[in-house]
Amino acid sequence: MDQKHYERRVAARAARSPVFKNCIAAFFFGGGICALGQGLSFLYRALGVPHRTAAALVTASLIFLAALLTGLGVFDKLARIAGAGTLVPVTGFANSVVSPALDTKNEGLVLGVGAKIFTVAGPVLLFGTLAGCIYGVIYAVFYGFFL
Amino acid sequence: MLVDVLNAFWVGGLFCVLAQLLIDLTKLTPARVLVFYVVLGVFLGAVGVYEPLYDFAGCGVSVPLVGFGGAIARGVREAIHTDGAIGILSGGLTAASVGTTAALVFGYLAAIFFKSKPKRM
Repeated sequence: MDQKHYERRVAARAARSPVFKNCIAAFFFGGGICALGQGLSFLYRALGVPHRTAAALVTASLIFLAALLTGLGVFDKLARIAGAGTLVPVTGFANSVVSPALDTKNEGLVLGVGAKIFTVAGPVLLFGTLAGCIYGVIYAVFYGFFL
Repeated sequence: MLVDVLNAFWVGGLFCVLAQLLIDLTKLTPARVLVFYVVLGVFLGAVGVYEPLYDFAGCGVSVPLVGFGGAIARGVREAIHTDGAIGILSGGLTAASVGTTAALVFGYLAAIFFKSKPKRM
């Protein structure tokens, strides 16, 4: 086997490795969801919704869609192919709220659904607001808001 | 307009590829990746990178969870300007309120109306 032949074989093998395939899937699914969001944002703005409200509406729409698909059991099938492609967009956040809520229904509405709904959303909110507060303190000190 | 959709596509896609690499090549679990992305978003907002990135890619940065963080950073900053130091405490969750409330309400409704299906996380 000459060098070129060998290199071609290696390249063919590498292309089939799961990491590469996962990344391609993540790129197209994740990019697709963001493009869908952008399209929705144009649609809402065309209907006369102000820019910032349109952005919030896009978030709410994608979360609604993800919650619905999770409830129907479609989201998990998609996520198995898309990997981070459905996880990273706000759809993944929605799924991480809906999924444990569904699973813990039989443990009761308060300590089951009510508590477990924050399984992943809790850490996200905690560290997000924590980072925001740290930034806020630095920002306020820097601009002399405490004086 | 089409250019904006395309920019949202590839920038958003790249955020997802980075997360996929973190999951496949490191020990980070999906939940940790989400937390990392929110904090990354706050950081990008704090150093002034988030806003220009948002102007370029729109939903390509606001739809991935970094957008949640970016919104928190912007909310804190704006609340400090309008209300003073109390904005440190009020700005973050105010900015995150739509996403959080939508996820909780739709999540609860889904739990009421649907039955759990066997799945792997």
